[in-house]
Amino acid sequence: MLLQTAGTLVAPASALSGTVAEWMWLLPVLPLLGFVINGLLSLNSAHFGPRDPNTPAHHPHSEGAAEAPALSHAEEAGAVGDDHHVVKRHRWAGLSSIVGPGVLILSFVLAAMIWWAMVNAHPETPFVQRYFSWMPVGDLQINAAFQLDQLSMVMILVITGVGALIHVFSVGYMREDPGYPRFFAYLNLFVFFMLVLVMGSSYPVLFVGWEGVGLCSYLLIGFWFNDKANADAGKKAFIVNRIGDFGFLVAMFLLFANIGVLDFVGVSARAADLGAGSAVVTAICLFMFLGCAGKSAQIPLYIWLPDAMAGPTPVSALIHAATMVTAGVYLIARSAVLFSMSPVASLTVAVVGALTAIFAATIGLKQWDIKKVLAYSTISQLGYMFVGVGVGAYVSGMFHLVTHAFFKALLFLGSGSVIHAMHAAYHHTHSQEDAQDMRNMGGLKRYLPVTCVLMWIATLAISGIPPFAGFFSKDEILGSVFARAQGSTLASASWLGIPGNILLYIIYGVGLAAAFLTAIYMTRMMLYTFHGPVRTGDEEEKHLHEAPWVMTGPLVVLGILTIAGGWLNLPEVITDMLPLGPSEVLTRWLDPVVGTATARVVAGAPHVPASTEQMLVGGAVVIAVLGIVLAFVRLKPDRLPRKRDAVPEHGFEGVVANKYYVDEGIDKAVVIPTYAVSRNFLWRLIDNGLIDGFFVNGSAALARGFGWVGSRLQTGNVGIYAWVLVVGVLAMLGAFTLR
Amino acid sequence: MLAESLALTAALFIIGVVGVLVHRNAIIIFMCVELMLTAVNLTFVAFSRYYGAAGQVFVVFVMTVSAAEAAVGLAIIIAIFRHRQTVNLKDINLLRG
Repeated sequence: MLLQTAGTLVAPASALSGTVAEWMWLLPVLPLLGFVINGLLSLNSAHFGPRDPNTPAHHPHSEGAAEAPALSHAEEAGAVGDDHHVVKRHRWAGLSSIVGPGVLILSFVLAAMIWWAMVNAHPETPFVQRYFSWMPVGDLQINAAFQLDQLSMVMILVITGVGALIHVFSVGYMREDPGYPRFFAYLNLFVFFMLVLVMGSSYPVLFVGWEGVGLCSYLLIGFWFNDKANADAGKKAFIVNRIGDFGFLVAMFLLFANIGVLDFVGVSARAADLGAGSAVVTAICLFMFLGCAGKSAQIPLYIWLPDAMAGPTPVSALIHAATMVTAGVYLIARSAVLFSMSPVASLTVAVVGALTAIFAATIGLKQWDIKKVLAYSTISQLGYMFVGVGVGAYVSGMFHLVTHAFFKALLFLGSGSVIHAMHAAYHHTHSQEDAQDMRNMGGLKRYLPVTCVLMWIATLAISGIPPFAGFFSKDEILGSVFARAQGSTLASASWLGIPGNILLYIIYGVGLAAAFLTAIYMTRMMLYTFHGPVRTGDEEEKHLHEAPWVMTGPLVVLGILTIAGGWLNLPEVITDMLPLGPSEVLTRWLDPVVGTATARVVAGAPHVPASTEQMLVGGAVVIAVLGIVLAFVRLKPDRLPRKRDAVPEHGFEGVVANKYYVDEGIDKAVVIPTYAVSRNFLWRLIDNGLIDGFFVNGSAALARGFGWVGSRLQTGNVGIYAWVLVVGVLAMLGAFTLR
Repeated sequence: MLAESLALTAALFIIGVVGVLVHRNAIIIFMCVELMLTAVNLTFVAFSRYYGAAGQVFVVFVMTVSAAEAAVGLAIIIAIFRHRQTVNLKDINLLRG
């Protein structure tokens, strides 16, 4: 193979040379292969024969009909009347179901083997494989190269592992969709780009993956593009992300202009040249954070993520919860060496993260669409991760990223299972009710027992109840914030005139409050979905059923991971009390990558005493339990009206239910002025007036004018031609003679 | 002797040029062109006296070509006359832009 031979050219001496890690290029290539195969299969028409003239006309979709895997497509396939038990699948669906998840499973197996090689080799430096020179321009030497270190290994395992589970789930969820191979093609392409993102050895290569996952996100949000709302949601995600990407690009330019390198190894080596705390490093970090805010849905660029729920639920689970949106957290952890040099930028990250966490949590309290609750919950949890990486606790941020991938994927897939059941029930009775609205659910635990139990596990995990994964990671972030407030470079810095330590205590308080709200809104979601009376409808109730094993299987695996994920990084304060195994596994694992940066932020401050730490942990758990109890006491699923009987909320509740009118505000402040400027100035004046009127028509008129003058000279009279000739000859002779 | 010869030929040539410029009749212009050619031929002959016989060889060539040209030119003028019933160049300006 070309790739292999090229790789051996430069392979530096590394502990991983000669091991299975040499094959790491295969990790992204496998999903790419899946993309090619599924993409080719999807070129085959999805129509199954002539349309039946008796097919009922398309119903106007209700608000939530974005999530309509079976209904609209079964109709497209020509299913009529009572005929909906006949499954109409894409003719290549069988092959797609093997190739799509298959490549991911292979990738995961390979990733696990590479991980094992890494465990044995203990590489202290990143293992870089250079494949070819991508942009050799003067001083700018960018290679298409992959880098393997502990940080990217964690991401690779999460992406391929959780990705494989979600692919398997999709086999059941998308079963009757006419775009089945296209769906898997996009999913595989997404995984390819995501792996490029985490394996890229330089910022530009990372950026390729960064943009690629954005593209796949756009394609998958608008997967059911027949509905304009879905296509618009895709565009919104794409456009909002462009703002962030602008920041990322500027950060790269600044980095290159100041230290002349863009690969991670080079940046770590030369970062000191920027000067700790200098304006340049702060600017680089802030611009980079703008990129992260776009990709990871932080204030003010979070607005695209709730709309992104228009995509199929597995997409929400994989892209908009578990992997892509965490790319910002990864980027900051990857750039830890830069962020640790700029306390101001780090504090900004933490402040924005904390604000996002609490802001999104409050919106989550009043959402009725089950996926919207989870979307705001994701934004809130991402805020948590940014608090972690912002305060220089890069390991904690990554730890929360991993556990969040487990439990949020579980929650999303669980909601997918619920929606699947609801949808099938409404489809049976041709009801136009909203299959995603919790007011139409209730009492589903009788019909979806497995989903219910697993989603409860995930709910407890996200709320921070021990011993589930979320408890450990969330707690570690809060503990780190507290510890940094006690003593660190951040505590001694100041942010907009606020002393760092006070700011960190505030962030800690906000984090606790967000945890409290998280417990409330998650319990609310579970209560309204699974408990109380069934509000689905008497006729529909008979058709509710648990999802097939191909969907519940991945849920069970994710459930186990959600329970066990905390073992990745048990805090010492726990292992001292209970014999649970080794502590701080992830911290030690990531130490070669982020250890120095963390140490720079900590700046030798002493550990928080174990008693204080125990108190903090206890307090956090009490707050989470209080939230859950409060939700149980205050919420009455028995009295909840169905969606069609519901009255809109008033006052502050109404404001929250309408997401603080942020979208409307942005419409008024940005979108409408942009339209106005585009229409009146750019279009009418610049385009029609200046470009069309002056340049295009003007140059034509100029040419015509010259032509007119030229044609006047051609009189057709030979005598005049002769005169011109003679005068010309005389002029030339004169010129030569007089010279 | 050379100066006188050249003065003569120059005078002949200028008469030809002025004739071409001022006349409207295609036949007269044609004859003036022939006059210019003859003036050139005389120049060649005058020079051949001082620089060898090459000038006389040129004269033969020029006469040959001018004879051919005269045949073609006259044919064109006759064709134009048949077509337009005139050889006045003022009336022949189809190529006007």
